[in-house]
Amino acid sequence: MEHIISITVENKFGSLSRVAGLFSGRGFNIESLSVAPTLDPSMSQMTIVTSGDDRIIEQIVKQLNKLIDVIKVVDLNESDFVSRETALIKVHTRPEDRAEALRIADIFRANVIDSTPATYTIEVTGDPHKIEAIINLLQPLGIKELTRTGRVAVARESIRSTSLQTKKVARE
Amino acid sequence: MKLTGAEILIECLKREGVKTVFALPGGVVLKIFDMLHQQKDIEVVLTRHEQGAGHMAEGYAKATGKAGVCLVTSGPGMTNVITALADAYMDSVPMVCFTGQVPTSLIGNDAFQEADNIGLSRPCTKYNFLVKNVADLATTIKEAFYIATTGRPGPVLVDIPKDVSMDKAEFTYPSSVSIRSYNPVYEGNKWQIKQAAEAMTKAKKPILYVGGGVIFSGASQELLELAELTHMPVDMTLMGLGAFPGEHPQSLGMLGMHGTYCANMAMHYSDLVVAIGARFDDRVTGKVSEFCPHAKVIHIDIDPTSIRKNVNVDIPIVGDCKTVLRELLQILRATVNGDQRELRKPWWNQLREWQQANPLAYQQAADGPTKPQHVIKRLYELTKDLDPIVSTDVGQHQMWAAQYFKLAKPNRWLTSGGLGTMGFGFPAAMGAQAAFPGRLVLCIAGDGSIQMNMQEMATAVVHKLPVKIIVLNNRFHGMVRQWQDLFYEGRYASSDLETTPDFVKLAEAYGAVGLRASKPSEIDDVLKEAIAVNKPVIVDVPTYRYENVYPMIPAGGCNHEMLLEDPPALKSKQAGSGQVTPKDSDTILTA
Repeated sequence: MEHIISITVENKFGSLSRVAGLFSGRGFNIESLSVAPTLDPSMSQMTIVTSGDDRIIEQIVKQLNKLIDVIKVVDLNESDFVSRETALIKVHTRPEDRAEALRIADIFRANVIDSTPATYTIEVTGDPHKIEAIINLLQPLGIKELTRTGRVAVARESIRSTSLQTKKVARE
Repeated sequence: MKLTGAEILIECLKREGVKTVFALPGGVVLKIFDMLHQQKDIEVVLTRHEQGAGHMAEGYAKATGKAGVCLVTSGPGMTNVITALADAYMDSVPMVCFTGQVPTSLIGNDAFQEADNIGLSRPCTKYNFLVKNVADLATTIKEAFYIATTGRPGPVLVDIPKDVSMDKAEFTYPSSVSIRSYNPVYEGNKWQIKQAAEAMTKAKKPILYVGGGVIFSGASQELLELAELTHMPVDMTLMGLGAFPGEHPQSLGMLGMHGTYCANMAMHYSDLVVAIGARFDDRVTGKVSEFCPHAKVIHIDIDPTSIRKNVNVDIPIVGDCKTVLRELLQILRATVNGDQRELRKPWWNQLREWQQANPLAYQQAADGPTKPQHVIKRLYELTKDLDPIVSTDVGQHQMWAAQYFKLAKPNRWLTSGGLGTMGFGFPAAMGAQAAFPGRLVLCIAGDGSIQMNMQEMATAVVHKLPVKIIVLNNRFHGMVRQWQDLFYEGRYASSDLETTPDFVKLAEAYGAVGLRASKPSEIDDVLKEAIAVNKPVIVDVPTYRYENVYPMIPAGGCNHEMLLEDPPALKSKQAGSGQVTPKDSDTILTA
């Protein structure tokens, strides 16, 4: 089953490689990974989309907690969460397709952030299904380049207080 | 006052109580060696290979319970020490390894003797540091020792670029450490401990399954009291040997692939497994799906990742073994009365039956070839009153040592369990000898593994480390040969060494003492002579070449299905009747 793990780490040299190395060394799967500093610049927030049965996810959470640089680990699937991903899609647009491309972008509330006579670059944000859907619709026009951020996620506020899986909780 | 990085390092080591550093110099660490040369508080043991330095630090740590320290240069110095780091990581050995690094301005330039020490050591250390500024050096070293020795211990690497060892900074040694993301848990959950105590009092067929965690936590006394109070039998892992007295009537010996028949049967048929500081390694569980099918499992371990990694656990207790056992004892002392003995009488009857049915056994003919087990048994009998420290390499001799050398106390057993590193034994023994110059330190080795770090004999001679090496010499990689006989139809692919050096002459060439026991009748005298010498000794004991280690649970087999002796086909082959191919199906005795 797919899980989204949110990890707060020390924002320092090597932290990312420790986390990534843990996944590769123990044969855990990473579907996507995003990382950026938090409000407190001494810490970084990572969001990892991974998959595995309950035992594997339990090991992933425990092993992450064991890393010295990891401050907090939350398995967002323990509660309700929202997740988003952004994709930048560069599509070929023949003159007769340009209007269609704009219509599709419109449907998905996507923005055209760059335009040339032969291409549009479309920025779209949403859950993975939405990204997949717009990609499917744009594909007939010809996608020249595609880049996705990987998902970021956050627990829904109302239940967040009970879903926090801090190091202390994870130990039991 | 401002000190150079090298001076700061030495001051830090002194404050950490380090007396011995196992080290080998090189270009980028010369400043540090130069400073070490000009002081008297810390002894530098110059090894002949960095792997030796690493294993010596491990041996020192296992024997003392304190962090072992080694110091090596950049590039090849660091890559040579990786095996020891990986070994220490698997066996939770507290150790701090200082590596030199090219000057910070050259890092990443493929400079001479540059290696990515942090990247290379990341998967085999508990943590590692690259010190980029001399002002951070003291704090980093303090943190390194703290991380290495707290929680589940492990190796920590500190990478020091050349310019950092030469730059100057104000020296202050921090009195305490606080790392916001690292707070090991020592106290177990009280409710879980209560549950465990209740399960322990009720169980009819319980077993204590104890590992190296008991030794690192210093919980042997508590374990002894727990076992005696609850009248439970004790199984020890390879790493746990010495945690409980081997001769104690409640000890069933070692469990696992080459554990005793009774120890493994007890696990399989128990109704409660109490794992203390052990991690359900595959050499213990065998086939996981049929591991302890009737048992509830209590697991006490300081490392949460060990819990439910391999087997399901009913009552997990994350905490330090000593602290948790103390709490458990407090409850049990109040609740347990004499009825435990009565309750478990049928269980003990069963255990004694198993013990008598298949005790550890070998046949030694008075004039026949020397059996390796016999050598270890004699060594044990001759030295047990001297409270020796025993190290081993890896292979058949290691398993026989684990079976026949019954340790009475913790921190006497130096062996490579998790990584299974051949070449570990001799340098580890030297590390222990450096820590305890007056003690008897034995290294039980095979002729294959001793050659993997033989060069350290020079170190032993120079530094007067009178380790006694007993080489069980069968001119084979014996454990490999055993598997080939059992599972590869007797084809000895690269396991027959064909020749080994004359170990007596080799010892003499190094300025050590070489002795040989060519037949069984000579063993006692030769061993006594070796023990009496105050110099490093190699005792070469040519043994029967085809002896196999039993009991044996074939990899992935069930704990109650042990091979107890050579299968018939193999026996007839050994009797010299030509090539016979044993079939796997003949070999498994189902209990």
